[in-house]
Amino acid sequence: MTWDVALILSIDGLASSAIYLLAGLGLVLIFSVTRVIFVPFGDIAAFSALTLAAFEAKKVPATIGLVGTLAALAVAAETISLIRQRAFARLPMAVAGWGVAPGIACALAWWAAGRDLSMPFAIGLTILLAMPMAPLVARLALKPIADASVLVLLIASLVLHFLLSGLGLLFFGPEGVRTQPLLGGSIAITDNFSVGLQVVLMVGAAAALSALFFLAFERTLAGKALRATAVNRVGARLVGIRPARTSLLAYGAASLLAGFVGVLISPVTTIYYDSGLLIGLKAFVAAIIGGLTSYPLTALGALAVGLVESFASFWSGALKDVIVFSLLIPVLILRSALSAHAEEEPEEIPS
Amino acid sequence: MKRQSTHFAAAPLAALAGALLLTAPGAQAADIKIGVIAPLSGPIASQGVPTSRGIQAALKYRSEVGGRKVALIQLDDASDPSASARAARKLIDEEKVDVVIGTGGVPGSMAIAAICREAKVPLISYTPLVLSGDDSAWAVTTAQPAPLMINAVVEHMKKAGVKTIGYIGFSDSWGDLAYGSLQKSAEAAGMSVVTNERYARADSSVAGQVLKIVAAKPDAVIGGTAGTPGALPYIALAERGYKGAIYGTHGIINPDFVRVTGPSGQGLLAPTGPVMVAEQLPDSHPSKKVAADFRAAHQAVHNAVPGDAFSAYAFDSWLVATDAAARVAPKIEPGTPEYRAALRDAIFATKDLAVTHGVLTFKAGSPYGADSRSAVVVKLDKGQWVLQP
Repeated sequence: MTWDVALILSIDGLASSAIYLLAGLGLVLIFSVTRVIFVPFGDIAAFSALTLAAFEAKKVPATIGLVGTLAALAVAAETISLIRQRAFARLPMAVAGWGVAPGIACALAWWAAGRDLSMPFAIGLTILLAMPMAPLVARLALKPIADASVLVLLIASLVLHFLLSGLGLLFFGPEGVRTQPLLGGSIAITDNFSVGLQVVLMVGAAAALSALFFLAFERTLAGKALRATAVNRVGARLVGIRPARTSLLAYGAASLLAGFVGVLISPVTTIYYDSGLLIGLKAFVAAIIGGLTSYPLTALGALAVGLVESFASFWSGALKDVIVFSLLIPVLILRSALSAHAEEEPEEIPS
Repeated sequence: MKRQSTHFAAAPLAALAGALLLTAPGAQAADIKIGVIAPLSGPIASQGVPTSRGIQAALKYRSEVGGRKVALIQLDDASDPSASARAARKLIDEEKVDVVIGTGGVPGSMAIAAICREAKVPLISYTPLVLSGDDSAWAVTTAQPAPLMINAVVEHMKKAGVKTIGYIGFSDSWGDLAYGSLQKSAEAAGMSVVTNERYARADSSVAGQVLKIVAAKPDAVIGGTAGTPGALPYIALAERGYKGAIYGTHGIINPDFVRVTGPSGQGLLAPTGPVMVAEQLPDSHPSKKVAADFRAAHQAVHNAVPGDAFSAYAFDSWLVATDAAARVAPKIEPGTPEYRAALRDAIFATKDLAVTHGVLTFKAGSPYGADSRSAVVVKLDKGQWVLQP
């Protein structure tokens, strides 16, 4: 291995790391607030990539149908539960939040589909369409069992993944897509080594989004509420933070991240309806390195996963994924050796 | 598993009516029943749907053999080999078909082959079959064996003066098969295969593997891949500025591959069946006429030009079945074990039958009937496949 090869591999790894970092942040955010390991995260990222590709091909993205159906179901579920509670005054708010808001995104996308869209506008629409997905899915499938054990939640989210990827096949078809690079060209560093601007963009976007998240957590009230819920759910409720509200916020923020992941990854690789699982799994390895709680450690984990993956593909292409997932073993051994064992399963308050 | 349309759902009724007719004096000759199994849903539906279209075009093209009508019964196996096996049982036990055609995917076809052999019903598949000797006594396929196709590419490389070949393929049985065939052909032609890089269909980057290939400086690179996941190495090679010739296998000849590869696929050379470049074939090519007939029938039934290889393979299996049925003695009645045995003998006596994918000659002991006339080399030029001499 020469220096050139090592440099190229490092850059390739860095670009993957950026993707895993964003996905890992989303996973940690959702897990710390709601205790759900949100497996469908990758699916939403893949759907966002497929949506962007549909806009580019001047077709109506199938995501509109998906989001519309989910919104209709969510409105129905919310209405039924409010009528049961006889809380009629909250009905208009619920319909507006669960039905009208995603409906506006769908209508906007419907109007724009088939037109000549500028790249930033198409990306904006794509992310707008991706945003309601995680909250809607979570409202339908995870909110009714929000107080179940972590294992039940994990299994429910696994089922959600299979459901979503099945819907993905139905809506998007089996063929893969690739979108135009957001930034063409490259910066030459040495004679036979250059960095693509797309890679620079990916790393930059990941860094900027992480910084934004950091600021939001440190400086805003909503961010502090999220942190409080993550630290202690029961305590957060006692000081007046509503878990339903914070979990909605967490899902929304994660959905936003998934939208960005999809937009950033689709120009560099071919995305299929089921590509999300592998992205999600590798981000999960990164999140595990961060103990599913620490954001900085997750970032380090994402860096490690991306670089190991890139170098592993050079040493042994066929065993690449085996090497990446084997990273989990030493990490888990180390973590369980270092951490004091407090099998905490806090007593849940019935809602 | 479900019936495909009300048209097919009427088949039992038609059979009943046929039985009533038979009791009447001076009844018509009995129908020949062809059972088709195709993956119309599930992961390989993108292969199964064109297959079904090809069969429907074939029914339009030839729906009568030697004064007997040909009846079609089609079942969906949902891309699941165990469902393929159940569908085969249903066709044989309940519908009493005379010949089975199917299915997409090698595992499903192998499951059907085992059942057909046991029930002594001839099978005409349109995917490669890994069978030999007695196991293939009741099964043939219209697909070309992989070594034949790879050999066509290696011949082309030899003419172009290629000495060293870099290989990158899927880390699955298709990648193994392509690599094995390549090594054998290349050795015979005095070339050497210098890399054996692999990646998984779901991988998002092959930068590492491609770096290794570029470092080995081969005269040409060949990908042992299929479909849109096969585009990745060609895009990565173009990004790394690889200047040598690029080759592929027949697994990449599909419109979606061309779309995803984009300009990186410019100049890509791959083997395929003659039907894919039918209008560019010389008039002397045996497939020219039948391929044109196939296109016309497909156009008439579906109002679209076929853009894939699968519909043509399925069309060919229908041709094999009906061609053999025409050679069965007219006094043997369809629906009987004697008829099925006679049909099998007739299939294995098929000699130089011109089909859309070349020329088929079946012999006992092997399910394959294609020869070198079934493979042509095409070049991707500005998104179009161009026939190479």
